[in-house]
Amino acid sequence: MADLVNLTINGRAIQAPAGTLVIDAAKKAGIEIPAFCYYEGYSLQAACRMCLVEVEKMPKLQAACTLPVGEGMVVRTESAPVVKTRKSMLEFLLANHPLDCPVCDKGGECELQDMSFRYGVGESRFTEMKHHVDEKQWSPVVFYDGPRCILCYRCVRVCNEGMGVGALGIINRGEQSLITPNAEDHLDCDECGMCIDICPVGALTSGTYRYRTRPWEMKHVGSICAFCSDGCKTTLGVRGHEIIRGNNRDRSGINGEFLCMKGRYAFDFIEHPARLTSPLMKVNGKFEEVSWSKALEAAAKKFAEVKSRGGKFGIAGSTKTTNEENFYLQKFAREGLGTNNIDHHRSGDVVALVDALDGRADALAAMADVYTMTASLVIGSDLAQEHPLIAFQLRANNRHHHGNTYAVTKGPVREDKYAAASVRCEEGKELEAVEGLREQLSKEKELLVVFGDAIKGEAVGKLVAFGDSLGIPVKYICLVDYSNSRGAMDMGLLPDLGPGYVPVDNPGMTLPEMMAARDLDVLWVVGANPLARHELGSSGAFVVAQEMFLTETAKRADIVLPASAAYEKSGTVTNVTGECQKLHAAGRTMGTKPDLEILGLIAKGMGLNLGIWSSSNVFEEIRKSVRGYNIPLPIIATGQAAQTNPLSGRVRVTPRPDLIQSAGNTLFTSGSLGRYSKKLTSVLEHPGQLYRP
Amino acid sequence: MLFNAPSPLEVKILTRRLGLPNSASIETNLANGGYKSFEKSLEMTQDQIIQEVKDSNLRGRGGAGFPTGMKWGFLPRQSPKPKYIVVNADESEPGTCKDRVLIENDPHLLIEGCLIAAQAVGAKAGYIYVRGEYRYLIDILDKAIGEAYSRGYLGKNILGRGVDFDLYTHTGAGAYECGEESALLESLEGKRGQPRIRPPFPAVAGLYQCPTVLNNVETYCAVPSIIEMGGKAWAGLGIPKAGGTKLTCLTGHVNKTGVYELPLGFPVEKMINEVGGGIRGGKKMKAFIPGGSSCPVLTGEEAWPLTMDYDSMAKAGTMLGSGGVIIMDETTDMVKAALRIMHFYAHESCGWCIPCREGTAWLKKLLTRLNQGVGTAKDVDLVGDLADNMLGKTFCPLGDAAALPTASIVRKFRHEFEAKLARTLIAVPDMANKPFVIV
Repeated sequence: MADLVNLTINGRAIQAPAGTLVIDAAKKAGIEIPAFCYYEGYSLQAACRMCLVEVEKMPKLQAACTLPVGEGMVVRTESAPVVKTRKSMLEFLLANHPLDCPVCDKGGECELQDMSFRYGVGESRFTEMKHHVDEKQWSPVVFYDGPRCILCYRCVRVCNEGMGVGALGIINRGEQSLITPNAEDHLDCDECGMCIDICPVGALTSGTYRYRTRPWEMKHVGSICAFCSDGCKTTLGVRGHEIIRGNNRDRSGINGEFLCMKGRYAFDFIEHPARLTSPLMKVNGKFEEVSWSKALEAAAKKFAEVKSRGGKFGIAGSTKTTNEENFYLQKFAREGLGTNNIDHHRSGDVVALVDALDGRADALAAMADVYTMTASLVIGSDLAQEHPLIAFQLRANNRHHHGNTYAVTKGPVREDKYAAASVRCEEGKELEAVEGLREQLSKEKELLVVFGDAIKGEAVGKLVAFGDSLGIPVKYICLVDYSNSRGAMDMGLLPDLGPGYVPVDNPGMTLPEMMAARDLDVLWVVGANPLARHELGSSGAFVVAQEMFLTETAKRADIVLPASAAYEKSGTVTNVTGECQKLHAAGRTMGTKPDLEILGLIAKGMGLNLGIWSSSNVFEEIRKSVRGYNIPLPIIATGQAAQTNPLSGRVRVTPRPDLIQSAGNTLFTSGSLGRYSKKLTSVLEHPGQLYRP
Repeated sequence: MLFNAPSPLEVKILTRRLGLPNSASIETNLANGGYKSFEKSLEMTQDQIIQEVKDSNLRGRGGAGFPTGMKWGFLPRQSPKPKYIVVNADESEPGTCKDRVLIENDPHLLIEGCLIAAQAVGAKAGYIYVRGEYRYLIDILDKAIGEAYSRGYLGKNILGRGVDFDLYTHTGAGAYECGEESALLESLEGKRGQPRIRPPFPAVAGLYQCPTVLNNVETYCAVPSIIEMGGKAWAGLGIPKAGGTKLTCLTGHVNKTGVYELPLGFPVEKMINEVGGGIRGGKKMKAFIPGGSSCPVLTGEEAWPLTMDYDSMAKAGTMLGSGGVIIMDETTDMVKAALRIMHFYAHESCGWCIPCREGTAWLKKLLTRLNQGVGTAKDVDLVGDLADNMLGKTFCPLGDAAALPTASIVRKFRHEFEAKLARTLIAVPDMANKPFVIV
């Protein structure tokens, strides 16, 4: 702890650690010093001059955002000269600012409005011509309205420092200054939209949201992003039952400031024209729309019939459905249908890691560790593409704590820019490359190891042994692809392991085995698309698919049951670092049902008693029965993340590295789901050029 | 090229070689005492050099007037990082043209000054940042630097004395803001020329975050003569609190405009009437700006009894500045003058901070309107008020530079604004009261 410094702000005695900025010390003490350009965590700017305060013994007003606290300092934030200065700064700002608040996207949640309301003057003395430039579109999702810009440079800083992209800069000078993409007329960037989130005014607007509604007409629902496994919280703006906007409005998730393109814009898959809104049944080789009751009855009847004659089931679960749905599905399979033929698409060898760590406490890292641990080793993953939040946290760690990052990857990665060491190696040679870093790594105080599907099977054990040999505390993150990939494994969507990695008797068929088998009677696919990669060996199998779209698998199905999206249901998901978070239903699509309800109704139709199919009931069962999931309810209920710890000794199963294959998604792709987001595909269709709708 | 014939009243110290044939060549320089001070400084310790500069009472000639010796003393003696010498040749202050004369006619004097400064602080490299519009001076400087390298005054093991020093030229792109020291450093590093947050000051973290001595051309040019004469003797040329001579650029409505080297404390009256040959056409002096357009404007009556030095000007409520004296006679339209000055600052504002970016642009528009005689008395108040709101609140001194002359013109020449408004009958949107009143 740094030495404490005594100072007085507005007559109140305050203590703050040496080096604290006056603006932060005041904030801690509950005194607001207004500012536009100051933004915690990014470089100092001191450009907006809103935070000028009076400091005794200093001749001029001082910018509180760059002034460190000093012993005996006497600060006044509400004295007459300070108040007058604030008023004049706002007057200057509003001089050229178009007062188009009634139609501006930001109206109602604009910092300039709030500041004018709180600190400004009621009338303007500016009667000259306002400086105008036309609005520009920089990308499919980012628009820039120059006149509204107050040039606080937050966007430039977040893009440079936060994202490590540096797509934005400034041209011209004086009144003509403008924020401009460094690629001149378009953004050559991640399309993350962080610049829009951080913009205090309506200068940067979102392509999906602009001019569609007013902020106060929406309900703001905080839920978890449906795409990658990082588990970012996205705030969905909902009007009626329609999701209109995604952003990072309350910044209360494990992602802090961060949200990428997928969490912000890609919610549009739920209103894709190809979305299924009615159950389908194949009649004479053609799909016909049928009622829910008819479809469910047919499925239940088929299942009961196959079960009664001892037929063969194959069940493929999803990496995007909730823990509750996954748990219920495996329970359905094991208890209801009496089969262990259940699997899902595995993208990281969590099983091998759980096995290798052998019940050791504190060896699985949480997302917060990525930001705080003093050293990190990234193996075989382009984090900026595949796991943007982890990449963001690593950059923030380096910026704020000077954390060292080591990258062992096949090609160049964004981490190279600041990495303590970057090693390029062929696939399969990662462990040798890591061994080459031994000397440097053993000098670190602690180490976070982040590895992708390059390390699987026995290699995971070797990696953990390497970690142990360093003689420093080591934590691990095994990267997986999708929003609930980790939860699918934790919940036992595995032929040889039940919930909590408990081995089962009579292991069933793996997914490739099910696909290759020629004697399946029923293939039941819940939110997955195995037929995109595999041929179905059992030509006579009855296929039931729970899907949002007519995917390759759904097309082959005999019954297709339209499922709700992650943004339309409640439940929990577990992210890549094992942190469990709650989904909140935001939108609704008529004709669809959540997978859990579908499972429950089929079970009911079969006369099975698998328990009440409400997410809270199932979650309670998970808490009681799944190892590591006995997490505090208040944390989950209040929208925070609780880390699960499934470790308790060795997992005695045969390693199957052959089953593990990451899809290697980029920022703009995300398996089958990504194909149905027009925003994601629009960026892919127009790489590096201005999108013209 | 020289602007003007020398005046017999000048004390020619820095400019003594100016006017000699081929004065920019190293031959002329060496034949007339060039690099002798540098050779002398090689015999001195760092402390001795800095002490001489402190004794000389030399104050920065760029405009701010910070004591040079003290500035050099701020550099850490021991530093793991390299130290740099940076020359501010971004002479952009309206009314100022002295650095140009020095570089054009005696570039070796500047090189010698840099060498001595490098000796004083232990720097091994230096950069001369020349404003974009002075591109032609780059050729002169590069030629001089080339000559100095070939004669062994620059490079490795200078004069066989084990001293290394490299000197480079760098051209700006034409931004007034880059004359501000931290913006200059940003620009020199290849970034957008915007000022930095200070502290840290350049003496601690300047060019590439390394300890840096950054002075004006004239300041460096004064150093050789300080070493030659001794600091105390040099100080004796001027007045007690401000040593030596100062290059004064007489511009505006005087008969003999030009650059003159005058000792500090030189009376204004003598400067205008004897050195400058009096006001054009024998008219009255209406306004006087002592050191470039960023200084508060004095009326003729205020200016006559003053002397050209830091304290005298400060007492009169203005600044000695860069030495760019602007004299305006009674025919001058002060509203137009205010507009012209504001036009410059609005054009040059870098756009970094709000009060300067918005304030200069607003004032320019407002003054344009007032100059056309459109407006009300309230608008005149507004000019002063806006200038006041900028003053002391901007990120760097550019905002003050714009506000100070404007505020002083409104205060001292308000009647001219009012007279202009009184002549014009025009519909004015006076939003503050009711729309469209006839004034």
